[in-house]
Amino acid sequence: MAAQTVASTTDSTVDLGPAAALSCRECGHRVPLGPVFACEECFGPLEIAYDFSAYDTEELRKRIEAGPANIWRYAPLLPVPADVAEKPNINPGWTKLVKADNLARELGVTGGLYVKDDSGNPTHSFKDRVVAQALEAARAFGFTTLSCSSTGNLAGAVGAAAARAGFRSCVFIPHDLEQGKVVMAAVYGGELVGIEGNYDDVNRFCSELIGDPAGEGWGFVNVNLRPYYAEGSKTLAYEVCEQLGWQLPDQIVIPIASGSQLTKVDKGLQELIKLGLVEDKPYKIFGAQAEGCSPVSVAYKGGHDVVRPQKPNTIAKSLAIGNPADGPYVLDIARRTGGAVEDVTDEQVVDAIKLLARTEGIFAETAGGVTVGVTKKLIENGLLDPTRTTVVFNTGDGLKTLDAVAGTGLTATIRPNLESFREAGLV
Amino acid sequence: MSVTVRIPTILRTYTGGQAEVSAEGGTLAEVISDLEKNHTGIAARVLDDQGKLRRFVNVYVNDDDVRFEQGLETATPDGAGVSIIPAVAGG
Repeated sequence: MAAQTVASTTDSTVDLGPAAALSCRECGHRVPLGPVFACEECFGPLEIAYDFSAYDTEELRKRIEAGPANIWRYAPLLPVPADVAEKPNINPGWTKLVKADNLARELGVTGGLYVKDDSGNPTHSFKDRVVAQALEAARAFGFTTLSCSSTGNLAGAVGAAAARAGFRSCVFIPHDLEQGKVVMAAVYGGELVGIEGNYDDVNRFCSELIGDPAGEGWGFVNVNLRPYYAEGSKTLAYEVCEQLGWQLPDQIVIPIASGSQLTKVDKGLQELIKLGLVEDKPYKIFGAQAEGCSPVSVAYKGGHDVVRPQKPNTIAKSLAIGNPADGPYVLDIARRTGGAVEDVTDEQVVDAIKLLARTEGIFAETAGGVTVGVTKKLIENGLLDPTRTTVVFNTGDGLKTLDAVAGTGLTATIRPNLESFREAGLV
Repeated sequence: MSVTVRIPTILRTYTGGQAEVSAEGGTLAEVISDLEKNHTGIAARVLDDQGKLRRFVNVYVNDDDVRFEQGLETATPDGAGVSIIPAVAGG
């Protein structure tokens, strides 16, 4: 039988904390918690449905604030067992929310500009958040091999988490990824397989492998464990609000690859509102893509509800998903909140990486260049209000995509004496 | 035209657990129609009420995503492999 049935899909006794069931986002069909990801009725995405009914707002707030300085402080709101912090995991999160006053001055933002810098996670990207969730689900369902389709960052996060938890890992990436990401994925000792094709080809391969006996017993973090995995992105929303003093930001700019992160950030914000942990007020969510892979941005600007797939061609390879699974939901959220989806050229991505580094000392990978570049463009176009509190996500470390700024280098090469220093015009 | 259709796990209740089945048809629409004859109920899972591919279903003829081709009118040459895959993976 296939991997989806290795663990019981009818076992509602599995301990994943407040997670009560899986519910289809499209048609509402509910199934018990299990390693399944698509609705058997309509193919829609299955999401975690929670039971938060027992929580008292102030007690929950105190419990969170007394929790560990990582995502497990939010364990009461996640599909994980209550003792999750005691299990071997990579314990990501509680990354810095940097008040970016220098960047704000450059961009003309007066309402407060913050960078949520997720390069501070254990493998230097936001993917540690989602993998940490998937690892707990894999453990609960009895898997011993972790796998994924990846544009690079996820491969590293899976490799590291598997190493820490004593799982086998075997991950799949496009064969032509940036060298930094390949090394960062391989160093943890798991198997790393290059696929001759782009990310969408890799994703298709993994989706087929999961239904084949060859994939039996494998927990694919972003396929059969995707409902659990995706919840990890909610922690970005929780952290931003807690770090702002339990307040919603007015505007958030989020990169779009599959669209899962943006979708779950919105889910996290809605949960905080419903739980009374933040005051209910309007917020706007903006999506950011690179022009060379902009299926959601094109659909948004065209007024479409359907995202037409593209063949990616951009230096922002961590966002190079031409057929984004959650694209339609991103469109819904951007429109519902009064945000927008915008894209920037590769040249603008590089300029934005340098701008963020120069103004705030934060070296972002290309995805961070996309969000900063799009923020600048949204302000110039009048779509983002510079007088409102704005949070921009940097989801990865620039050391992973050094090629993007390869032209940056030595100011001068001099002999080791003062005369040479003066001759170089550096005084 | 005879093709091989790869069935995703969530549709195997319609194929008696088989991961691959044979079907006839010169286009994807004809292949799905033939599948429905032998595995009643499967077409309604893949197509919406308007008879279009559901938005969370990806279908490939050999290595080509039919959304880049002619959708349901994509040709299915004799011996082709057709894969039906949930779209909600990845990222």
